[in-house]
Amino acid sequence: MDSTRRAGGTRRDFLYLTAGAMGAVGVSSALWVLPNSMNPAADTLALASTEVDISKIQVGQAITAVWRGAPLFIRHRTPEEIAKERAVDWQSLRDPQKDEDSAVKAEWLIVKGVCTHLGCIPLGTKAGQPRGEYGGWICPCHGSQYDLSGRIRSGPAPKNLLVPPYTFVTDTLIRVG
Amino acid sequence: MASAGKKVKFDNPVVQWINDRLPIYSILHDQYGNFPTPRNFNYFWSFGAIAMAMLGIMIVTGVFLAMSYTPHTTLAFESIEHMMRDVNYGWLMRYTHMNGASFFFIAVYIHISRGLFYGSYRQPRELVWIFGVVIMLLMMVTAFMGYTLPWSQMSGWGVTVITSLFSAVPLIGDGLVTWLWGGFAVDNPTLNRFYALHFLLPFVICAVVFVHVWALHVSGSNNPTGVEPKSEKDVIPFNPYYTTKDSFGTVVFMIIFMAVVFFAPLVLADPAHFRQFDPMQTPPHIVPEWYFLPFYAILRAFTIDLNIPFTHIILLPAKLQGVIAMFSSILLLLFLPWLDTSPVRSAVYRPVYKWCLLLLLLAVCALTYAGSKPPEGMPLWFGIVGTFYYFLHFLVIVPVLGKYEKTLTPPASISESVEAGHE
Ligand code: HEM
Ligand code: FES
Repeated sequence: MDSTRRAGGTRRDFLYLTAGAMGAVGVSSALWVLPNSMNPAADTLALASTEVDISKIQVGQAITAVWRGAPLFIRHRTPEEIAKERAVDWQSLRDPQKDEDSAVKAEWLIVKGVCTHLGCIPLGTKAGQPRGEYGGWICPCHGSQYDLSGRIRSGPAPKNLLVPPYTFVTDTLIRVG
Repeated sequence: MASAGKKVKFDNPVVQWINDRLPIYSILHDQYGNFPTPRNFNYFWSFGAIAMAMLGIMIVTGVFLAMSYTPHTTLAFESIEHMMRDVNYGWLMRYTHMNGASFFFIAVYIHISRGLFYGSYRQPRELVWIFGVVIMLLMMVTAFMGYTLPWSQMSGWGVTVITSLFSAVPLIGDGLVTWLWGGFAVDNPTLNRFYALHFLLPFVICAVVFVHVWALHVSGSNNPTGVEPKSEKDVIPFNPYYTTKDSFGTVVFMIIFMAVVFFAPLVLADPAHFRQFDPMQTPPHIVPEWYFLPFYAILRAFTIDLNIPFTHIILLPAKLQGVIAMFSSILLLLFLPWLDTSPVRSAVYRPVYKWCLLLLLLAVCALTYAGSKPPEGMPLWFGIVGTFYYFLHFLVIVPVLGKYEKTLTPPASISESVEAGHE
């Protein structure tokens, strides 16, 4: 021991420290790599955008498209519906959002069809389904109700239906994502 | 676990030869043969052995099911139908595994209730109890993931709802859910990882069971009186007394279990579990398996956002409250050894606490009922009242009553209690 002792530490201290440092680097890179491998893979991410033809949706009708493996509601709103949503006192809502911000073209409301509570698919898109008190959607799981701007109006869901990023490629074709 | 001290001699030379090199026989002899055990166990003490037997059955049937199962969204449901119809005895393995999960939980819930009633969680068995709670958590995760494998409507929507809980976590919630799913919806990556983990976790459970029993064998078992053994008169060797008693208890339990497997394999199942998952359509009513219902009811008992007074700014959304309450309802059990302040261990000698435990049982029943119904009207109230009592019990009654209750005097020793004609 004594023969190897130098000011500032021994050879053994040095070996401990370098081995420890290498170990720490190894473990922390594994801790980065392994959990990260569980994030969406490249092909899943590549599917992230979809085009939908909306020419056949009549005024007052809605359809369900598929975007990233989840339903997407596309509703062609009537002038009365638009007027009603734009008149809502949006600042007092749970998740305050102006109708003008969610529906860029007033007659088209495009929202992800996944309840922001626990992920069920709200009813109200197909003709004949219940649409809740606010005329939009009602979730079968725990009764969250959304209006025709996709805003949460009652029930346990904390947020409005997600408005995905979309652009109008032409007047009748949208690209979502 | 090996005890250094005196060496056991074995008559069989092969056993002796092995034992000299790997003292497995001395360990078995010390831990299960000669192990001194309180002489007054009732049948509630057999449920540990029963739970172990169930774990074994789950692993064996699981491995054989895995030989015919395909973890892919397009094939999983079909591979299970194939198992039910074409694989030799596939139906038997599947029904055993499926109902086995339920009976495993029955055994473990009884085992835990035993601990609650007789104060088995208390000093010096805190770690035994804590490892037990860890086992229960692992079982819940395992069973939850197993239930997704058939890729039925209930599988897919159950996973959607439960994983979406994590979106309540502030800031990182949505990213966390995407990470759990491996995509933007419950899909093939989700199924694959759940299968990998469902295969792995039971073996992790085995490891934790080992430590659980190891810690138990350091402190020794509790018993119905809650009085520690004081002399040779209080204990008997584990073998043959409790090997026999536990075997008998296990056989009776297995008869009931097998009766369900053969004559009513679907009593505990939901019809929506037999239709393939459709990610575009939510079934009208999503219910978890019965063993999750109390916790599911706690989750849904919270319906009012907590605002900063007189503003619309939400401090704690109802959804987050529910999630926190659900996880706390289990994690709280970890602290039970320190919450209980009573000088007396066993509830047999606690006249008031006995009734509180009965109320706890009623609260859990009310929660189970509430969890099985849509959360509105009466069931919602059952859920709220049940949740209230559950937390009141552990956080207020247990610490406060322990200080003020007038307890009966426990017997001076186990043998005295046995001789007086009690258990
Ligand atoms: C802690 C022990 C275990 C529990 C609580 C458990 C629970 C479950 C549950 C609840 C199901 C759904 C059954 C159904 O609805 O059909 C399931 C399915 C399955 N489990 Fe397990 N399991 C355990 C151990 C294992 C092990 C060790 C393996 C494999 C090595 C395994 C392989 C499977 C397979 C392949 C399925 C799909 C087949 C089916 O659904 O019947 N399990 N498990
Ligand atoms: S998932 Fe829609 S209300 Fe709960």
